[in-house]
Amino acid sequence: MNKKQKTNLIRIIVTAILLIGLYLLLLTELVFPEGTINPWIERLVFLVPYGIIAYDILWKSVKGISKGQIFDENFLMGIASLGAFIMGECVEGVAVVLFYQVGELFESYAIGKSRKNISELMDITEDVAYVVEDGEVVKTDSDEVEIGTIIEVKPGDKIPLDGVIVEGTSVLDTAALTGESKPIDVKTGDTVLSGSINMSSVIRLETTAEFDESTASKILELVENASSKKSKSENFISKFAKYYTPIVCGLALVLAIVPPLISGLILGDGYTFATWVYRALTFLVISCPCALVISVPLSFFAGIGGASSKGVMIKGSNYLEMLSMVDTVLFDKTGTLTKGNFTVTKAYSLVDGSSDPARQGSVSLLKYASSAEYYSNHPIGLSLVNAYAKVKVNEDSSDNSVGAGEMTLDDAKAFLIKPENVENVSGKGIIADVEGKKIAVGNMPLMESTVNDKGSIKKAEEIGTIVYVSIDGTFAGYIVINDEIKEESYDAIADLYKAGVKDAGILTGDEEAIAMDIAEKIGLSKVRAKLLPQDKVQAVEDEINSGSKVAFVGDGINDAPVLMRADVGVAMGALGSDAAIEASDIVLMDDDPRKVSLSIRIARKCMRIVYENIYFSIGIKFIVLILGALGIATMWMAIFADVGVMILAVLNAVRCLRIK
Amino acid sequence: MKKSYKIEVDCANCANKMEEAAKNTAGVKDCVVNYMTLKMKVEFDEGAEPSEVMQEVLKNCKKVEDECEIYL
Repeated sequence: MNKKQKTNLIRIIVTAILLIGLYLLLLTELVFPEGTINPWIERLVFLVPYGIIAYDILWKSVKGISKGQIFDENFLMGIASLGAFIMGECVEGVAVVLFYQVGELFESYAIGKSRKNISELMDITEDVAYVVEDGEVVKTDSDEVEIGTIIEVKPGDKIPLDGVIVEGTSVLDTAALTGESKPIDVKTGDTVLSGSINMSSVIRLETTAEFDESTASKILELVENASSKKSKSENFISKFAKYYTPIVCGLALVLAIVPPLISGLILGDGYTFATWVYRALTFLVISCPCALVISVPLSFFAGIGGASSKGVMIKGSNYLEMLSMVDTVLFDKTGTLTKGNFTVTKAYSLVDGSSDPARQGSVSLLKYASSAEYYSNHPIGLSLVNAYAKVKVNEDSSDNSVGAGEMTLDDAKAFLIKPENVENVSGKGIIADVEGKKIAVGNMPLMESTVNDKGSIKKAEEIGTIVYVSIDGTFAGYIVINDEIKEESYDAIADLYKAGVKDAGILTGDEEAIAMDIAEKIGLSKVRAKLLPQDKVQAVEDEINSGSKVAFVGDGINDAPVLMRADVGVAMGALGSDAAIEASDIVLMDDDPRKVSLSIRIARKCMRIVYENIYFSIGIKFIVLILGALGIATMWMAIFADVGVMILAVLNAVRCLRIK
Repeated sequence: MKKSYKIEVDCANCANKMEEAAKNTAGVKDCVVNYMTLKMKVEFDEGAEPSEVMQEVLKNCKKVEDECEIYL
């Protein structure tokens, strides 16, 4: 609690004690029998606690009026409480302000607290950098460090600026950026991002960005600005608040004047001003829209903060709102649902008619094909190289102690035979001499031009990318290469349906068969294959036109137009990619597709809480207004309802922060 | 041109009022007050001098909410 809050707490306690004491002393007839105290003296005595609790409100309302601010909540509270005093309801007059102050105190405390909690979640920047200068380490402000400076990061410290390691190896924890606490090994030459925590040993890096341009600062800015992009619900509340207070005040005025006049002039029942003025004052007590105005933005802020701690950056409250309504999620394929690393799943050799990788025919097929691809940088070529190396490693070590997965490309290439006379046949494949044999590796047209006996060519029926091989003009077989589906993709899609999404689909430039195969395996309900980039935009548009709310998930590198066209564009694995962050509405910091359903669940929960708060707060206010007009609700009930609703709404809003 | 300022304000409704007041200041094209991060983002009209405009914005905000502060 800050100083102001403490002062207010003391005022509240003192007033409460005085109020109860005076009530027992003066009004219960325990000490003074009825009629022994002048009612005006009574009022004067109660002015003491009133003064303690209400002086700031009264002062502010005087200042407000002098500036033409009539519908200021201080002024309204002042009128309501003073009115109660004049009518002789001293206890109520004090109590109304007392509870109002309790509400204000709670609000300021709760907001301050959640503001702090959420900021801590987002506290990923590091203000201090240790610059290495002439062999000495100098403590410097991060924002004064220029690009190309060498800085040192000790174990346990947060990396202040993006950079490349020039000295040392270590393990990094990127949980603050990605939400996943999977440690990452880094060594000299690796790029490291600010916001990661250095876990094991001292490293030195050459910075590649200034503080403001570093990953951590950019993420922080993104999240902090997010709640400035206001959602429809927030705009509704701002508008509602603007009209609510004047309307309720107007009604209060009408209530104070019209019914007594009707009663006096028309019905002849006498002017019942006291009754109606009291009811009007009850109106004023609930004329402040506090609960709504505070709880809705707080819900969004908490939701966005909570999501960011899970590695989901939501760029605006409006996107959070939109995401909660999404019923169709379309995925890009490569790198999103699949790993994007191609692996050989089958090597069919015509020699022994088998695809068992241990059989001689398949092995030699792989040997020739991968050797021909020796100089290739294409993912397909690399997958052949890796596949052959894997087979050789398994062959050489009977105990399988060396995992092929840990091999570097150079290690893998050591198993190959260097090819000669390598010729790239554009759009078809490669022809090269290996061990004196003429090897052709490529697609069907390449086979048709290199194989002498066309009838011997066997077309593959498998799904995937097919590489055909011919040796010295004889068809030798084919190799099937597939992009592996991410293990998380299975859960990711199942989760989406569980979260209430109607359709999940795939948009890809690949063959229909490949897309269908993936769709079947992981349970996608929509497949659009053989799409050019512009077709993807069209595909998303088709869905939107058919009335769906569409989220598109891509890697953000070559599908920026699609990300922008979708109702919600989700860029995945976007850590460090400016273009992706720019084009998308929601950024997943790592490439785990399960984060998509997580984001949707966060959004739905958050919006449910927002609506709960809106309906609950407005509902209670209307009920109390009606009961007040009928004379059923007293001023006590009104202030209880008002403060109570506010407290409940704020507590409810804070729930958005907690994410399972 | 857009600029961001740190602000101090006590209640959410007051933040809304500040936003409204700032928007109605000459030279301000648009303004968003974020009560949760206590920041005010102001977009200025072309040719407007931010420091001068902000003096007016502060004056107007003080009019609607006496206890607010904008750190210029």
